[in-house]
Order: sequence, then C-alpha cells, then structure tokens
Amino acid sequence: MSLIATLARLEAVSTGRAQPVATVRHRHLSERPLVFVPLTTAGEAGAPLGALVGTDRDAPRLLVVPQPRDRDLRSAFLAELADVVLPYVDGFADAVEAAERAETDPETGKRVKVEVELCADAPQLIVPSRAGVDFVRLLGRSMRFRRTAEQDPEAPFPAPPRVPLLGRWLTHFGERARVPGSSLLLAMTDLLGRHWATGQSTLEDQHLGALLAWIAPPGGRSGAEAAQEAELARDADGQLVCPPAGPATDPAFDNRLLAPAIERYDRARTALAAAEDGLEADDRLGALTAAEREIRALVESRTRPTWDAVWHGLDLLRELPPGARVEERWTRDRWSFTGHRDRVLAGEPPQPRRDDAVTAANKLAVREREQTRLEAQEALDDPLVMAGRRLAGEAFAGEVVDVVMAYSESKRPSPRPLVTVRTDDRPHLGERARAYRSLGGKPQTAEFVGYETGPEDGLVVLRVMDRMGRGKEPEEGSVPEKGDRVCFTLFEHEPRGGAKLPDPEETPWTHGGPPGEEAVPEPADPVTEEDVL
Amino acid sequence: MTAPAQQAVFDPGAAASRATDAILRDTLRGATRGVVVDSPPGAGKSTLVVRAALELAEAGRPLMVVAQTNAQVDDLVLRLAEKNPDLPVGRLHSSDTDPYDKALDALENVRTSAKAADLVGLGVVLSTAAKWAHVKGVEPWEHAIVDEAYQMRSDALLAVANLFERALFVGDPGQLDPFSVVGSEQWAGLSYDPSASAVTTLLAHNPGLPQHRLPVSWRLPASAAPLVSDAFYPYTPFRSGTGHGDRRLTLGVPSDGSGPDRVIDEAAESGWGLLELPARHTPRTDPEAVRAVATVVRRLLDRGGAAVSERSPDPVPLTADRIAVGTAHRDQAAAVRAALAELGVTEVTVDTANRLQGREYDVTVVLHPLSGRPDATAFHLETGRLCVLASRHRHACIVVCREGVGDLLDDYPSTEPVQLGTLVKFPDGWEANHAVLAHLAEHRVAWRP
Amino acid sequence: MDKAALAGALGAPSVFGQSQFAFVRGNAFEAKVKADGGTELLRLAHEKLDRAAEPPAAARVPDLTASGPEGRLERTRLALREAAEESAATPGTWTLLDHPMLALDVAGSPAFLEPDAVVVHPDGSWTVVEIKSFPMLDGAADPAKVGAAARQAAVYVLALEKVAGALAPSPRVRHRILLVCPKDFSNLPTASAVDVRKQRAVTARQLSRLTRIEEIADTLPEGTCFSPELPAERLAAAVESVPATYAPECLSACELAFHCRDRSRAAGAVTSLGRPVRAELGGLTTVEDVLAAARGRAGDPDDPAVAALRRAAALRAEALGAAGAAAPTAVREVSPCR
Repeated sequence: MSLIATLARLEAVSTGRAQPVATVRHRHLSERPLVFVPLTTAGEAGAPLGALVGTDRDAPRLLVVPQPRDRDLRSAFLAELADVVLPYVDGFADAVEAAERAETDPETGKRVKVEVELCADAPQLIVPSRAGVDFVRLLGRSMRFRRTAEQDPEAPFPAPPRVPLLGRWLTHFGERARVPGSSLLLAMTDLLGRHWATGQSTLEDQHLGALLAWIAPPGGRSGAEAAQEAELARDADGQLVCPPAGPATDPAFDNRLLAPAIERYDRARTALAAAEDGLEADDRLGALTAAEREIRALVESRTRPTWDAVWHGLDLLRELPPGARVEERWTRDRWSFTGHRDRVLAGEPPQPRRDDAVTAANKLAVREREQTRLEAQEALDDPLVMAGRRLAGEAFAGEVVDVVMAYSESKRPSPRPLVTVRTDDRPHLGERARAYRSLGGKPQTAEFVGYETGPEDGLVVLRVMDRMGRGKEPEEGSVPEKGDRVCFTLFEHEPRGGAKLPDPEETPWTHGGPPGEEAVPEPADPVTEEDVL
Repeated sequence: MTAPAQQAVFDPGAAASRATDAILRDTLRGATRGVVVDSPPGAGKSTLVVRAALELAEAGRPLMVVAQTNAQVDDLVLRLAEKNPDLPVGRLHSSDTDPYDKALDALENVRTSAKAADLVGLGVVLSTAAKWAHVKGVEPWEHAIVDEAYQMRSDALLAVANLFERALFVGDPGQLDPFSVVGSEQWAGLSYDPSASAVTTLLAHNPGLPQHRLPVSWRLPASAAPLVSDAFYPYTPFRSGTGHGDRRLTLGVPSDGSGPDRVIDEAAESGWGLLELPARHTPRTDPEAVRAVATVVRRLLDRGGAAVSERSPDPVPLTADRIAVGTAHRDQAAAVRAALAELGVTEVTVDTANRLQGREYDVTVVLHPLSGRPDATAFHLETGRLCVLASRHRHACIVVCREGVGDLLDDYPSTEPVQLGTLVKFPDGWEANHAVLAHLAEHRVAWRP
Repeated sequence: MDKAALAGALGAPSVFGQSQFAFVRGNAFEAKVKADGGTELLRLAHEKLDRAAEPPAAARVPDLTASGPEGRLERTRLALREAAEESAATPGTWTLLDHPMLALDVAGSPAFLEPDAVVVHPDGSWTVVEIKSFPMLDGAADPAKVGAAARQAAVYVLALEKVAGALAPSPRVRHRILLVCPKDFSNLPTASAVDVRKQRAVTARQLSRLTRIEEIADTLPEGTCFSPELPAERLAAAVESVPATYAPECLSACELAFHCRDRSRAAGAVTSLGRPVRAELGGLTTVEDVLAAARGRAGDPDDPAVAALRRAAALRAEALGAAGAAAPTAVREVSPCR
C-alpha cells in the first residue's frame, strides 16, 4: 500500500469517514447495468439458493430454489436466470458501428486492415463482492457443458435450452473480469475500494455493508460505529441486521431459519405426493405453495439489503466524473463482447475446461499489458494517483524555468530543445533515462540530460525528442514554455506490444507439442443423483 | 548423506569434471532433444556454457544462445571471444538506444545486428529471450543453449522454442523465481502454466530428459557451502571446491574494538558475521543500519584486508572492486551508496539481490531483508532473495540486522497456499530464513552504534 | 479452552459457526468415502500414490474404539504395529485406520490428534488421509484450503513419525498425503497427492520453538482464569494479560478476534488497519502519532519514515487541491441495511 493510501486510511480513522483515494471514476459505469445478487447453499459447489437480478433498482426479479439439492428445481432456477440475463446481453448485440481491425493476411502474411463490426455498447454485470465474481465463474463452469434434451435425448437431467448458452456468457464475463481495468463484470466492493479508503483494513472492506457505512455513515454517526453495526448487529432472533453480501449465507440464518423452512417444504412436498384424492391434493398443494412462499420471503430478506446497497454504491460512484481514459478502456470491453458474440454466432464450442498452452500464454500477456496500461492511465487521469507515482520516484511535476533551443546533429537538423524543470519531487532518474509527458493525450518523449546543479536542488534538464512536427522549428505548443506546470513520468504511457506467440497447432515440443489432430468436444459433467441425506 | 569414508577421498575437481563430461556427452551426442543442468551458486555455470558453445561450434552445429538480460548476453559474447577470438559470433540486439555493450564493437569476429537474417551463417548467435521472441521466418538452429533457464518464464520459452531443434538448459534453481505482475492462479497445476519457470514446463512435458547437477561450488568457501546447500538446496546438496584451510582473509590493521571491527574479525575467522543492532521497527532505509553497513565497508578497506586462496598463494589485497553490498530494495541500495559516498567510498558495488544474481565478490556485506521490519511479506521471505544475498562471496559474508527477526518470523508463520498439481519448490522461505538465522547467531556481534 | 464461549462472555461474540447444510454434507461425504470397508478410499490411495503395489482387494480395517483418548491412542499404536507385522507376513495387504488417535508433544503437554484416516501400504509405509468437503474442480481446488489441509496433515505426519520411530524396523511415513474431495459438482470422491515436506519442516521448527505457550503460562499473573462464567470485566482483564498482537487476519482464524480488534482500535494501533500498513511507518505505531508526524506536529524530520510521511501528506494535499473541490467523501446518508 502506498504511503498516500495509508494516510487516507488513517485520516478516515481520525475523521470517522472514508477518504478519497481517487478524484475521478476509474471504471466505466453503464447507464443500465445488470445487478446480480446471488446466494449459494453451504457445503456444495455451485448449488444456488436464490438471487435477485435485474436492471431496475425498484423491481428486482427474485429467483429461489426452495430445495437446493433438487436437480429439477435447480434447472428451473438456471432457466429463469437465463431468461433475465440473456435478453439483457442480446440487447447489446445488434447495435453496431463499423470499425477497423488489423489482421494477418493468411496468404501474404502481411498485416492488413479489415472492416469489422463493433458493438456500440456492451452489457455490464455488477455483483456485490469479489466472491460474487467467483460465483459467476462457477455458475458459468457448471452450465456451459450441460447438454439439452435436444443435443442428447438420452441424458438424465437434461438442461433447459438456454442454460448452456448462459454458461458460456457467464464464463466470458468471468474471464474478462480477470483483465485489469476491464468493466464487463465488476464487484461493488472493489469499485468502492478503488475510490475510497476506509478506517478499516482491506480485508474488512470485503463486507459491502461495512464499506458503505464508512463512505456514507447514516445520520451523524461515525463510520467505525456504523461499520461495526453492519458487521455484527443481530436482531432478537439472532439474525444479522445487515446480512452478508453473499453468495455465502450466515450459518445462523441457515440453521435457525432456512433449514426448518426447507424441512417444512420437503414435508409438504412428500404429503402432496401421497395425496389420495383431488381435494386432499388441493389442500396439500396450498400447504406446499405456502412453504415455498416462506422460503422465497427468507431469500428476499437476505438479498434485498445487499441489492439496495449495490445501487447505493452505484449512486456514490456516479457522482465522480469519469477519468479521461476510461472510455478508451471500455472500448476494449466492447471489443471483447463483440468477439464473444461472434464466436457464439459462429457456432464455436464452449470455452474448454482448461486453456491450451498458447491460449494461456496469450491471456497472461494481455493481462500484463493491460495492467501496465491501467497503471499508466489511472495516473494520467488522476492527480491523486499521480501523487503516489511521484512519491515513489516514478514521476515528477514542476515548473519550467528555462527553455533553450537546440537541434539534432544530422543532415536535416530537427529540434531538440533543452527544458529545465524545477521540481520538489525526487525522481529516480538514471543516466539518459526517458521521461514522458502527455501532450494532447499522446506521450511526448524527453531524455534526461542531467541536473543543472546538484540533484538536491531539483533542477532537471531534459531534452525533448519528438512530437514537435516535421519542420526545423517546433510546432506551436509542442514545446513547454517558461512558467508552464509540467508533469513527466518515467513510465511509458502505452504498453509495448509483446512478441507474437506461435499458433496452437505449432506448439513446440517443450510445451507438449500441438494439441492433437481434431479438437475433441469437451464431455459434459456426469450428472449424479443427489445424495439423499 | 555421504558417509565419512567417502568424504576423505572426495576430489572436487574430479567430481566436477565427471559432471561436465557427462553434460557435454549428452549435449553433443545424446539422443534426447534437451539436457537440463542445475547449477548451484558459483559452480561454474558460465564456464560450462562457454565450453559447450565452443564445442558445439567446433562440431559445426549452428548454435543460438538465449540469455535473459542484455548484460548476460554481452558477458557471454566477451567470454566466447576471449576463449576463441577466431570464432565468428553474432550479437542480435534490440533497436533501443545503446542496446549492447560498446566493448563488443572492438571485437573483430563479432557482428552485431538488430536483424536475425544478417547473422545467419555465423557459428554462434546470441541474444536475449525477449529479442529472440520477435525472430520469425528463419531456418531453425540445430542447437540452442538457454542460460538462466530457471529465471526464464514458461511463456518466454514458448515464444522461442520453435527456433531450435534441441537445447541445453542451464540455470540455478535456488535463485529468484520469475514472476508476473498479474494473477495467474487459474493456470496453476497445468504443466504449461505460463508464469512457471521454463524448466518446470520443459520437464513436465519431457520427463525423460537427462538432468545433471554441477556438484561443486568453486565460489563458496568451505564455511558457506554447507549452510547454503542445507538451507536452500535441501534435496540437491552440493559441496565447496575448497577446503577449510584453502582460503584465508587477513587484516593488516588490528581491531579497534568497535562493533564493525569485531564483526569483520569474526567473519575473517569463520566466513560469517552477524552485526546485530538493537531491536527497533524502522522504515526500509533504517539510517542506523545503513550507516552500519557503510562503516563495515569503510573499515574493511581501511584495515588492509588481504585474501589468500587457491587462485594465488600470495595475499591479494581486498580492494573496493572485490566487495559488494546487497540489499532487498532499490531505495536501500541508494541509501547505502549515499552513506558510502559520505565516507569517501565510491568503487564498491551496491545493488539489490535481483541485480547481484550471477555475480561474485570476495566479501559481501548484506542488509538483512527482514531487519527492522514490522511485518514479513512474501517478498521478504522469498528464499531466492536470501539465497542470492548469502551466496555471492568467496571469503566472507557479513550480515547487518536488527535484533528480533526470529520473533518476527514466529509472528508470521508460513501459511502459503498450495496449488494442486504443482511441483513443490524447496525450501520454504520461512524455514530457510530460520535456518540461516540460527547459523548466523553463532557469529553474532551485538552492537549499539 | 472454549474460545467461542469466552468471546460471547466478553461481549464480542464471534461470527463462527457452521451451517448445518455444510456439516451434514461433509459428514455424508466422509461416510461415502469410507463406506464398504474403505474400498473407494483405498482405490484412490492405490491410484494416486502407489500404483506399483498390488491393488487393494480386501483391506484390514482394525477396530480402534476405546474409552478416552489415551485408550484410543494405545489402540492406534497397537493397530499400527500389527499392520507392520501383517504386511511383513502377508505381502500385498492394505490396512485402513479409520479415525486413529495420535499424540504430539506441544510445548511440554500432549495434544491429541485425530486424522480422518491413515493407510498402511503393502510395503509397510504409512499415508495420512485428509477428507475435505470443498470441491476439486477440473483438478484444481481453493489453494488456501489446500494449504490449510497440508499444514494440518503435516502435524499428523510428525505425530506418525514419532509412532514409527518407536517400532523396529521403523515403517516409512510418506511425505505425500492423500487429499480426498468431491469431484467437480458431484458428490463422487476424487483425490490428489499433496507433498507436505515443506509444511512438515515448518511445523517441526515451530514445535521446537514453541516454548511460547509455556512461557505465556509462566508470565500470567497468579490466579488468572479464563472461565466464561466470570464477570465480563474480570474476564477482560484476564484476557488482557495474555500478549496478543491483533491483525485483521485474526478475524477469520480466532474466536476472540473481535474482542482483540476492539482493544486494538481503542489503542489506536495502526496494525488494526492491516499489517502492510505498518511497513513504511517505522517506529510509529498509533494513528495519532502517524498523523501528527505527517502534519508536522511531531516526529524527527531526519527520520526517513517521518520525512516520507510529510512528503506523502504534501503530495496528497496538493493533488486533492488540484482536483478542485475535493472529491465528495460522502453523499447521501442512507443506512446501508434498510
């Protein structure tokens, strides 16, 4: 943690309020995000208990699995979820703009520009916490290999038609969320934590209720008090007043409320099955409906506070102006969305269980590049982030105190003006180090020449190297002038592209060789009868 | 464990040349596509690489050499030219400014270029893994030598492996692991995890490849090899090439009784010294510890140190270029440099563990990575870091540290996550730190500056 | 001692507890793995650890029941000795010890340990088995949970080595343990061999350094008592007398963490914000001291920690000023949980 962020935390402690660690919003927020608040059943992987989902803060859709172990009920839940999520996702698929992409011509091997479609906007999923992002991934993994009755008429427990497709989309959202700076799938705790420092630890910030309590403490109370209450306060029944944001539930809820309710539901179901005539069945159906309603009410009572908290968080974030380069990163998300749309349309199989060697290496390279880009862009967009880089000696700001015109020693001399900057910062400037400043959104390069006097006086002499036009004299405004405030970074503003990796079919012997003749379709997970406990 | 009877007849020279012969045999005449060589600190890795390169070149096998940094590449070019000035050598370099050591321009048989096509046909072509990754559309080389292969990432090997038919992989498994600035947990346990080391992937896919080990450290003295071997190579032990009497560090000027002088005497005598300052939590650039490091270096120079070793029967003066200071962080190195400058010392190398990898000195002075820290992070506990710092010296290593590191370690018990299917890398940082600390405690000089 | 009850009595109840769904499913899974004389478990042990050995057909499952931990400990020792004799006499025999009892000396007092199972291979070697209810999904599992299981198993390995050491010849205790988990989304068991040599070495060193419990007991004031029936303030005083350094990681590990957190916050300890926060603060340990140093009201400007704090504070103020009206710290005041 940088010392600046540490200070913000300590000030939060002493003022009782979260303190800003960003002055602009560093992530894209959709005008119409899809909020998803899932709950899961303890002890079993990928066994949803219920969820609130939707784009209207006042009308979330409540989905519940009254008996989480029942495979048919689970399938019904997933089908309902698909009915909400897929139309939302599809809603972004058709509005497109023309764009260009560089591709390698398979015949000539040259890079050529190709006209392609780019979706004008993309869907955005918001979950309460990081555990929610993992749950999206887990749901995606559990669904994308399922077979529908149409694909495999023999299979027991066939999946409802749109469930495998939902699995593929959730998998895509989950993978994209691993790319630094991406915004297709975001966790509210991460979003808030990026912009505010609370007076508690980052570990405790994972509790959405406590985090919000620090940022916007209710009615004249201190953040510490409100956060502690959000974490620990229980009602007369021993239930948490502010339930955990999930997907895991509080054991006290499971044991005292949910388990008895599920037991009543099971009993009502058994009774219904044993009904001997229509009249009895009607009565017992009523009892079953009541039991189910009870579980629905319980699930809603645990998810609704979190749902409201997520929207409250969105309100807070929307008050921050977006960073200048946020839109550019969102465009990359739109490319990602368009790409997956195209793969689905082209009938490609679902994402494999595990990446092959080349895909894994390519993904890692993309993420490293995006991490570099994100760090640079956040600093350029936000003086408070840049302050951290300046403190670390990776950037410096100051006033131009002198500009001396100079030229390169070549046949056609180009301008290479010497600029002296007075700074109080202490950049780690090595011999002939490069420094960059943003000039109209593009990086201008300078070379460190030396200190005018000693390093302690902070008079940095730089030679400006580029972006001054083609002529002998620099273009208007391309060279800093005496009295200008400037900020140079020692890091590059655009990450360098890496080397191209071999195609998967040319995987070398060191990495196991090519993956094999034909891609074998991934088998479905065997569906087991649920253990009767 | 070796029985005492065998110890009596252990001939390090013979053991080392047996290992080298076997490596060269497998490399030049073996049937497998790859050969892996583990080389502990100072075991003659560079010598092996140069020798293998020369023999492959003599056998008329086109050879490419992959190293990890430009400095390593330049160093190998210089060594090759020194051994065989007539061998045509290519240095492939990037198109950045100052891409290679200017000393190469003076060598007649070395051709430099940023384009691989310009260098085709030369006996040996050398470059960094990063530059090789951009080479496309050339005929593959018959042979490659991959240097520092344990510091190379699996994805970097993926990018270059189609450039060669077969390869010799050489490296030190005990030094710093490659790392990634983003998470890569999702691939943990996969044989080709892109963030793993190149050797891990290579061996996972080719388990039958011959694996050799250079058994003798020529750098580390008899006082250091057992500790470094036990603490950092618990399952692949090595020994010192010299005996206890073979190296001696003498000081012309007697001790003034101060802490720094006493710790210098202890280290000259035993090979190790721990200068322990009073317990205190400090920022990284702890001024007292930094001054203590600088003082030790100043006194080493002032006291007329001289080294006797198997290289020379006559004492060789301990000059500034034979001393190095190692730290964990760059700002610590900068602070030590500043403190040394104040004491009029400018020629001594001061650097971080990362940059000291592969280097060798007579005496090293180390600022302990955990000294004065209120917390112990994975970075500071990383075994490779401590291993590098504790294995750069031929004669003695002096560690400067605040008291209380043992308690700090106890407060941060090792709770490393475990990924299924990954090879366990030894040793554990926590355990290795304790092992080194326990040994250093026997050479402790407490000092209140 | 029952730390959960103690925490409740101190007025800072913990959030620990297990959902009955997890509990029931975990037990059912373990029963399933061990069902039928451990057929499935031994099959996994053979497949993952000992493929060269004879596949297990009819395994011996000795009865280990006895009254009290000492009795069960004795039964376990006996069963292990018999298994050693058996594998020497009848090659190819597998033995499964279901919930054996082991003991380890921790700082002078014996601790009883109960691994899920121990397998005796046909070659006479022993393997610790851990059965967990978290899933192995596509061959991978939660690394934090696997790490915890490996540390737990390492303790059992050390305890088994003590038992083995008392036998002649000493059977080998394998350093790769068998971790059994549900496969993917099913309740079918799958397993992975986990190398615990590192955890074993660490645990061994920790035990050798664990004079601390005794030391703690020695330094406590006479008559210190942790009974939850005591009045809260006396309890608090008793707990205060034990040195403990709170850090947020404690919250997921210890029932008393919320109590310690209250004390740590009340004392203004910066560590309550997370251990990494302290990294650059040097000797400054309280929120007040750090802020006073940062604002130039206290601290030695030659101390690099103080100097860095002042630079950080100045840069932060400059950046917030440059951003115009500082970013809104809080906007609407809404209770997060209505």
